[in-house]
Amino acid sequence: MYDFVTQWGPVWGTVAVIGQILGFMVVLLLSLAFLLLMDRKVWAAVQMRKGPNVVGAFGLMQSFADFLKFVLKEIIVPAGADRPLFILAPLLTFALAFITWAVIPVAPGWVISDINVGILYVFAISSLGVYGIIIGGWASNSKYPFLGAMRSAAQMVSYEVSIGFVIVAILVMAGSMNLSTVVAAQGGGFWNWHVLSLDMLPWPAFAITIPLFVIFFVSALAETNRPPFDLPEAESELVAGYQVEYSSTPYLLFMIGEYLNIVLMCALMTVLFLGGWHAPLDFPPFTWIPPVFWFAIKVVFLFFMFAMVKALVPRYRYDQLMRLGWKVFLPTSLAAVALMGGFVVYANAG
Amino acid sequence: MSRIAQTLRGAALMDFWGAFALGMRQFFKPKPTVNYPFEKGYVSPRFRGQHALRRYANGEERCIACKLCEAVCPAQAITIEAEPREDGSRRTTRYDIDMVKCIYCGYCQEACPVDAIVEGPNFEYATETREELYYDKAKLLENGDRWEREIARNLELDARYR
Repeated sequence: MYDFVTQWGPVWGTVAVIGQILGFMVVLLLSLAFLLLMDRKVWAAVQMRKGPNVVGAFGLMQSFADFLKFVLKEIIVPAGADRPLFILAPLLTFALAFITWAVIPVAPGWVISDINVGILYVFAISSLGVYGIIIGGWASNSKYPFLGAMRSAAQMVSYEVSIGFVIVAILVMAGSMNLSTVVAAQGGGFWNWHVLSLDMLPWPAFAITIPLFVIFFVSALAETNRPPFDLPEAESELVAGYQVEYSSTPYLLFMIGEYLNIVLMCALMTVLFLGGWHAPLDFPPFTWIPPVFWFAIKVVFLFFMFAMVKALVPRYRYDQLMRLGWKVFLPTSLAAVALMGGFVVYANAG
Repeated sequence: MSRIAQTLRGAALMDFWGAFALGMRQFFKPKPTVNYPFEKGYVSPRFRGQHALRRYANGEERCIACKLCEAVCPAQAITIEAEPREDGSRRTTRYDIDMVKCIYCGYCQEACPVDAIVEGPNFEYATETREELYYDKAKLLENGDRWEREIARNLELDARYR
């Protein structure tokens, strides 16, 4: 990482870093606008609809029209609501969704903060994400938002555990908590990506990492409250869960935060399992595409899978959700950590 | 045994992959969507849309104020007042339809002996205020003048089934 502050002096260095952060945020928000559209288009296509297609060519400007609509509407704060917390909650969700991106390496050296405990940081911040939701549900002072917030909190806490163990297993394999190092270790071809990890042969690490990838994917669905685990905002029961009382810009912030978290999970899966910015084959023509595009392609592919899951899978019942989290994923990922530890120890010894 | 098989099926996400294949087949099929404001669906000649009062070819209004439509209207949406004109013919002085009350059953056009009140093919007459949906005689006659060609064609197409 290029250190602007030591290279350019304290004043211009700070300006450069802030510019870097703002630029990354703008790029993220712009890509999010089109990913949102893609989500709706994929969903529509599976249901044999056309999806939004009026605003701009193929509806490409739809998200911007929605943005304007949200911003121009009146902000309604319910009479019994806790005003400061009610406004704080969406801001918190929004801000937390952004700051996690600081440690995601999108290309060699393209990372805002290349800290050596990157994964720990991601994990800390994404655990805080539940606060935005629970504060929002509580501050609304209404029963459905509160029920939604409680469900959401329980669900996110449950699945964070298995996500944590999956990450630990990958950490053990990569031997580093720095996300750039984790990605750098996966270069050379798709067989070196952690999801296959054929470079561990003769130790059959792929037998662990492929199930781990699936567990991470499903847990990420639950962690981001996506269907089939969208119980916190189950339309048929809770209307929209913790978002019931929100309108206008606060709602927009919640939605951006939620989708940004989904994209973050896609990015995290790309970094941990799918080789980050590396091309699948390490020779031309694959290497002609710049690394950042490979990263984006993988994230978009995973996002497409998220959208397909949303289109295809019916919602889980709450007890099924908890059973899956605690009785299936937790023991499986725990066993995977132990096995992976054994593999790494014996592979290094022998 | 079946329980183990079921567990393995679940672990391999067989259900999801089946659904995924089905979803991808639907994905590339032509969409049945009608792009509404830009393209419109087929409207049957019998379609019961916005009301209109028709005229004869010489410009004389058809309605003879028999009040059959008012009597048959199940929603009591029609109000008619009538008195003889200077030339002695019986004509309405007031013919109001409350389009908010109307249930579009089509009894009025069935009852009409002279095909004066008809429900035309127009269904795009949403308004921003309720008041604009209280149609009076002038509005209904104007509808008749505007939609006469389509209404006449639809009546002709449907005539042999009546």
